[in-house]
Amino acid sequence: MSFEFQDVGKPKAEVAARRVMERVSGVDITPHFCRIEDKPLDFYSDFSIIVLGLDSIEARSYINAVACGFLEYDSDDNPREETVKPMVDGGTEGFKGHARIIVPGTTPCFECTIWLFPPQVKFPLCTLAETPRNAAHCIEYAHLIKWDEVHGKKSFDPDNPEDMQWVYSEAVKRAELFGIQGVTYSLTQGVVKNIIPAIASTNAIISAACALETLKIVSGCSKTLSNYLTYNGVEGLHTKVTEFVRDKDCLVCGPGVLIELEKSVTLKKFIDQLEDHPRLLLTKVSVTHRGNNLYMRAPPVLEEMTRSNLELPLFDLMGGIPKDIINVNGMAGKGDGKQSCLRKLRVVFKGVDGISDIDMAGGA
Amino acid sequence: MAEPKTKYDRQLRIWGEQGQTALEKSSICLLNCGPTGSETLKNLVLGGVGSITVVDGSKVEIGDLGNNYFVDESSVGESKAKTVCAFLQELNDAVKAKFIEEYPEALIDSNPSFFSQFTLVVATQLVEDSMVKLDRICRDANVMLIFARSYGLTGFVRISVKEHAVIESKPDHFLDDLRLNDPWPELKSFAETYDLDTPDPVVHKHTPYVIILIKIAEEWAKNHNGNLPSTREEKREFKDLLKSKMIASDEDNYKEAIEASFKLFAPRGISPSIQQIINDNCAEVNSNSTDFWVLVAALKEFIANEGGGEAPLEGSIPDMTSSTELYVNLQKIYQAKAEADFLVMEQRVKKLLKKIGRDPDSISKATIKSFCKNARKVKICRYRLIEDEYNTPVQLELQKYLTDEDYSIAVGFYILLRAVDRFAANYNSFPGQLEGEMDEEISRLKTTAVTLLGDLGCNGSTLTEDLINEMCRYGGAELLAVASFIGGIASQEVIKLITRQFVPMCGTFIFNGIDHKSQLLLL
Ligand SMILES: [Zn+2]
Repeated sequence: MSFEFQDVGKPKAEVAARRVMERVSGVDITPHFCRIEDKPLDFYSDFSIIVLGLDSIEARSYINAVACGFLEYDSDDNPREETVKPMVDGGTEGFKGHARIIVPGTTPCFECTIWLFPPQVKFPLCTLAETPRNAAHCIEYAHLIKWDEVHGKKSFDPDNPEDMQWVYSEAVKRAELFGIQGVTYSLTQGVVKNIIPAIASTNAIISAACALETLKIVSGCSKTLSNYLTYNGVEGLHTKVTEFVRDKDCLVCGPGVLIELEKSVTLKKFIDQLEDHPRLLLTKVSVTHRGNNLYMRAPPVLEEMTRSNLELPLFDLMGGIPKDIINVNGMAGKGDGKQSCLRKLRVVFKGVDGISDIDMAGGA
Repeated sequence: MAEPKTKYDRQLRIWGEQGQTALEKSSICLLNCGPTGSETLKNLVLGGVGSITVVDGSKVEIGDLGNNYFVDESSVGESKAKTVCAFLQELNDAVKAKFIEEYPEALIDSNPSFFSQFTLVVATQLVEDSMVKLDRICRDANVMLIFARSYGLTGFVRISVKEHAVIESKPDHFLDDLRLNDPWPELKSFAETYDLDTPDPVVHKHTPYVIILIKIAEEWAKNHNGNLPSTREEKREFKDLLKSKMIASDEDNYKEAIEASFKLFAPRGISPSIQQIINDNCAEVNSNSTDFWVLVAALKEFIANEGGGEAPLEGSIPDMTSSTELYVNLQKIYQAKAEADFLVMEQRVKKLLKKIGRDPDSISKATIKSFCKNARKVKICRYRLIEDEYNTPVQLELQKYLTDEDYSIAVGFYILLRAVDRFAANYNSFPGQLEGEMDEEISRLKTTAVTLLGDLGCNGSTLTEDLINEMCRYGGAELLAVASFIGGIASQEVIKLITRQFVPMCGTFIFNGIDHKSQLLLL
């Protein structure tokens, strides 16, 4: 995309939409200037394909869960074609990049191959506090330790140049104290904001690959990428296609975790069970069934409206059917690693007609 | 204070001020500004090259609106070069943008000296005949050249430069230059001042792994006739020995030593690729030698003399668990050795320059320093003339590609991309461009391709019907998404060539837009 100097400060979505429509007649682009999490789920369900231009693991995880959330399986555990919402994703860093196609239920989803995105390594606090050895250690000391000591509750704002300047000068002081070289303003910004170096040409290569795959999926004019392309232009030029495989037990794109319940279990009891479930460990749960809010933790007005459901049996809330998919939204994981997530659950009620042992077998 | 160049902040983090300056000094010529050409140039304009000159003789047509982002409805009938140039200028006003309304083919024939004013020429969508002529012109004028072409779901990128030398190749993963298996006297005596059996647990867990490995290696060598571990079994034993020296389970420095022990096991001396460079004929310097080869000649002397088989020390060490004081002191030991090596190299460079009749100070200290720091990583890329490749491709490689399943589609496209130009020369259109004659076109293209294969000495080799059909289906179309990919690759290589950083690709890149199994063909 091309932005100009006069565009600085304006919403990217709006500028991009206007630019493309000016240049290419006949296209209709609706910009949405908001966080991806702010859109209701049915906003996303209206599209036949989702192309991701995201820059974080969290955002990718979120959209992936949304797209996989639409996926339904038939009784043979095959994905129902009309519920499959393909995604095209890409990312770059310097002279390297990747592009991939995610067809939920067929190719691995983002979560199946989450190991491709190792978490960022953080410096141990004791290194920062006691044995700094390089410029980055001094910068992180100023940013993570010294800032709080001096400013107390006022939190650091990476977009405020004064705050950045303060961290920079504190880092310089610390570096001088320990005889460490190399603290610059530019490095300070890079470390504190975790700036990923980016160049136009790599972005062009990866976005072109994403656009081409999207066009091929939509038009059916050719075979598509199967399913993960990597590009590396650091030393010569290397492109590689890897066919990753799905994790059959994936919590996000699989048929859903199977949960067996007595007909009498209330919604509240069901929610409590999710917290102890070894594969889920879900807290702060909201529950929807076929688009109906059974219990919503937020906003307060919805919470109040749905609170009375907590004491009712889930079986009744779901309309008295023997088994169905329930979507829950909550925090997963333990301790510091807690993350907001969407989960699909296959709820089956015991002792209801129409359920045979065969249906129960092979649960995830 | 905040640096002023915030516009280029993210790319400066990759190629630095020096790379940016090189881009700003460069002058780029683009031949043909269809989608492939304008997409290539877009990335270079955003990167901040000094000037661009767009050469295209055609007018904007309705058909261009569907695949070129740098023309619009109001420009139909206008010069395409002028229109594209104006839209590109909007992206970055620091770039000087010019255009010439002339067909590149005509310019190549009528005014070959035109090209000598540029740093680099990007030639897009040229047919073989013009490519061959332009290649000769640029080679003689010492102008860098890159070809890019999009064709349906395929296309290629090919650099043509006589020789490209890279000092700052900036590889992602490269063995740290620690000299653990052959420490120089100062490093050795520095290590000797530390006692690994110190009773102080705080000191014990803050001794950097460099010192641990040097000392344990010495202990090992004493018990093994002066040798270091070489067999798998010995390496395992050595790691066990390291483990046995730990006095607490949380000693990260010892864990790092075990992980880094492969750095100790690495062979001494220079790598085969550096060996090849110092053995190159160009390392015998004369008054025509470039600075790079003078530096290589000095390196060759250094390795044979003061270096004792090693290149100058790089002088930096990776981060490792350590007390600050010990780490900083260790850093100083490495820096001092690197500085001493640099001074020796500097003297050798001066002497060589004098010998070949040049000013002994004509290569700057900064250049020599950068060369020393990167001496183990320098690269040379050479490219055949297109004409030579097309007339006499490397038979061994060609045969390999034709029979290797991984390469069959790429080499098929390579042949067909040439065959369509022969086809066009005979029939005045690309195969599949005319409606209603598909079957005939397919068989004509097949005949052309078979003849071409014969000319290349590959009698009996054939291409699959599927691929020939596919090529005819393209009808010479230039798709924007493919052009943008090809243009992206081409601009990436241009940046590497101009900044003289990172390593440009060798051979011909054949794009496979069907399943992205693209390949580089070294012919
Ligand atoms: Zn998955």
